[in-house]
Amino acid sequence: MAIAAVVNRRDFLKTGAAGGVALVIGFHLSPAAFADQAQDQEKKTPNPFDAWVRITPDNRVTLILGKSEMGQGIMTALPMILAEELCVDWKQVKVQQAATNPKIYDLGTGGSGSVAGSWLPLRRAGAAAREMLVAAAAKQWEVGPDTCKAQGGQVIHGHPQRSLSYGELVEAASKLPIPNLNTVPLKNSDDFTVVGHDTRRFEGRDKATGSAKFGIDSRVPGMLFAVVARCPVFGGKLASFDAAKAKAVPGVRDIIPFETSGRGASTTGGVAVLADNSWAAIQGRNVLEVKWDEGPAAKESTAELQKQFLANAAKPGRVLRNEGDADSALGSSPKKIEAVYELPFAPHACMEPMNCTVQIRPDGAEAWIPTQAPQWAQGVIAEASKLPPEKVIVHTTLMGGGFGRRYQADFVMEAAQVATKSAGRPVMVLWTREDDMHHGFYRPASYHKMQGALDANGNLAAWKHFQTSTSIAAKWSQEGANDPGLGEFGTGATIPYITPNLRLEYTLAESSVPRAWWRSVEHSSSGFVVESFIDELAAAAGQDPLAFRLKLIGEDRKIPRFGEEKATPLDTARLKGVLQLAAEKAGWGKPLPKGMGRGIATFFSFNSYTAAVAEASVKDGTVEVHRLVYAVDCGRPINPEGVRAQVESAAIYGLSAALHDAITIKDGRVEQSNFNDYKMPLMSETPKTEVHVIMSKEEPTGIGEPGLPVVTPAMCNAIFAATGKRIRRLPIRREDLA
Amino acid sequence: MAISFTLNGKPQSVDVSPDMPLLWVLRDTLNMTGTKFGCGMALCGACTVHINGEATRSCVTAISSVAGKKVTTIEGLSADGSHPVQQAWMEEDVPQCGYCQSGQIMSAVALLSKKPNPTDTDIDDAMSGNICRCGTYQRIRKAIHRAASMHTAKANSAA
Repeated sequence: MAIAAVVNRRDFLKTGAAGGVALVIGFHLSPAAFADQAQDQEKKTPNPFDAWVRITPDNRVTLILGKSEMGQGIMTALPMILAEELCVDWKQVKVQQAATNPKIYDLGTGGSGSVAGSWLPLRRAGAAAREMLVAAAAKQWEVGPDTCKAQGGQVIHGHPQRSLSYGELVEAASKLPIPNLNTVPLKNSDDFTVVGHDTRRFEGRDKATGSAKFGIDSRVPGMLFAVVARCPVFGGKLASFDAAKAKAVPGVRDIIPFETSGRGASTTGGVAVLADNSWAAIQGRNVLEVKWDEGPAAKESTAELQKQFLANAAKPGRVLRNEGDADSALGSSPKKIEAVYELPFAPHACMEPMNCTVQIRPDGAEAWIPTQAPQWAQGVIAEASKLPPEKVIVHTTLMGGGFGRRYQADFVMEAAQVATKSAGRPVMVLWTREDDMHHGFYRPASYHKMQGALDANGNLAAWKHFQTSTSIAAKWSQEGANDPGLGEFGTGATIPYITPNLRLEYTLAESSVPRAWWRSVEHSSSGFVVESFIDELAAAAGQDPLAFRLKLIGEDRKIPRFGEEKATPLDTARLKGVLQLAAEKAGWGKPLPKGMGRGIATFFSFNSYTAAVAEASVKDGTVEVHRLVYAVDCGRPINPEGVRAQVESAAIYGLSAALHDAITIKDGRVEQSNFNDYKMPLMSETPKTEVHVIMSKEEPTGIGEPGLPVVTPAMCNAIFAATGKRIRRLPIRREDLA
Repeated sequence: MAISFTLNGKPQSVDVSPDMPLLWVLRDTLNMTGTKFGCGMALCGACTVHINGEATRSCVTAISSVAGKKVTTIEGLSADGSHPVQQAWMEEDVPQCGYCQSGQIMSAVALLSKKPNPTDTDIDDAMSGNICRCGTYQRIRKAIHRAASMHTAKANSAA
């Protein structure tokens, strides 16, 4: 396994202190902003042979990955970009995880922003290395560099042709001046041999043989395994505990109470049971006697939240966007409709439960963490251990799923606190599935009151969207730095459908339940709401759902993103492009067997365009999705096969929250605990899924998440087409199908 | 008291609490981490191993019940990833995060040993205890069919 080695230790030690600064930036970025922000970031010019490219004298090439692999295929896509400009064969390449070094590598992996943000920097880094290798060869041959050519891991020149391998050149090349990255020549995309070509994931073999190392597989000499007893009520505190019974369990070594606090914490701490193995730790926790001070959240419930939603929806919200006069238009319109949409809390439920292994010694700390945010983790461990960040080495491991959950540092904070009290012994704090289900950061619960009006020609006369939700921004903004509001709508704040009267209102719902970024974040709810309600309007207008959308999207133009003037505008030509492609490939308009219906949806998120057509039926109160046809435009696809895989995955992830269970709260705690009461979709429920990728030459954009927002509305619109029943709350309930 | 069994073809003896699940013996006592912990209640299939050839959830299998039996883990399928099911997994580029895939592969191998040419329904049934949060099910299905056809091709060429 080529990952988890620390590279560039010297640079790391010099500059690790910058981790504190990076941490601050990380807090103020929503994942959705990463793609746009990453391009603005000024990076110093490191020697590419230090930062990105390692070549041994026997011509083996190792490319460095500055992002975390959680299943999204970044360990393949980013090195492909480097390999392209470096002019090496993909088969020649190995990939190695970068050290935590904020000076060179990015701040975290999220917001579907890794490819978009790395595309140009990695092209330039690869090109700089290539130019240095060419210059080294030219110097050795005493010829002009422009008469030499790089290809297949060597530099060639003249007739008869002579060549030098990169391995022969690298020592001299790495000492040459680094080209100006703003002017270094980049390859013509017509000559690409790696980028744009289907490529199997780099670590696929390790994942098929069981040799891939996830965080939970970290094994360090002398380590102890720990599980933590936490207050089941959010915000509750430890009152007292009796360790005697737990200590009597064979294999249990120690019982350690600890506290966590601050922005990264999801609990206030707890009591850790440390043992020789995970089983003994779990057994010890089972008999540990703990009393909790449950605190004010102990009265919270989903029923209470529902009352809050209804009370909020009975009053106007804060006006976030107002064009024309939606209320008057609604009042005077010959045809208006109103509908309420509801979404519950949703868990990430990564297959690998949270875990973090930390060793703290007086002179330094070392950690093995499946994290999307290694720099945040480094800062958290530094704070807990009172060591300077440069003394904290973080090994970013493979992740058994991330989906936003592993952008949090709560599980790192716990392990760091426990490790400060374990007398220098390394400790893995392991979460059980129940811990993971009970102490997550959930996709917000939200309630949407939609009102729309049609004019006499069947055009959209008014669109009014009131939302009340347990905002993510409110959770993270203890000083009010991020007002909850517009961000909760995602692209729902910039609908592509032309209307003269548009109004968005928002009211915050209070909750102690931790919330955070769940795959596609606010787009997961706004995609469902906007694309379901526009379908309701099409039906009210008596128009075909595809034709209605195309008509209301209108002519080719670029729509500025409301409230995000610097963000990439929504290109209606590209949006219509995916709508039409998905419809064509799905056979839109062609007859279906009796009982089946077809539904369509489109959405713009993470600067990518997606559309999906679903075919669904309902039998005995159960929804069956037979087929999904996607069209996606994510700019230039680096690895089209990887793009297809991500969209297939996002579809199932979306369906999981639409078809099965919800996270519900009673007495201040999560009612679900494991996969028996929070069910996952299975193979038998998986629709035949086709993903059609537009081979665009536009700048690459996100793809880990954009497949998600369209799947639920496409399915629910198909259910409407099949049965005449509108699904307006998730997950789908039997009574809503009857 | 030591408990003895056969692990990936070799004799193995462990001295642990008899009620300790096989999963944790593999992972924490023997440091064989290819078998994964996902739920601890036989709900997700990440911990699937073979006991005397049967796909079994090791997270709820007490080590005492394994005494004298043959246990095969993902590490025991092949030393180099050359098992046809592993090959099919790579060729279909099945894994995403990959965490569940050891269990998926072990369930698939057990299925194919009983039904060398499974139908889609056979696959749905045999794989219904294995959750993949990345939703790679469509590729898993294709990989099982591919492995089956590789096996058939091999059998035909041998005949």
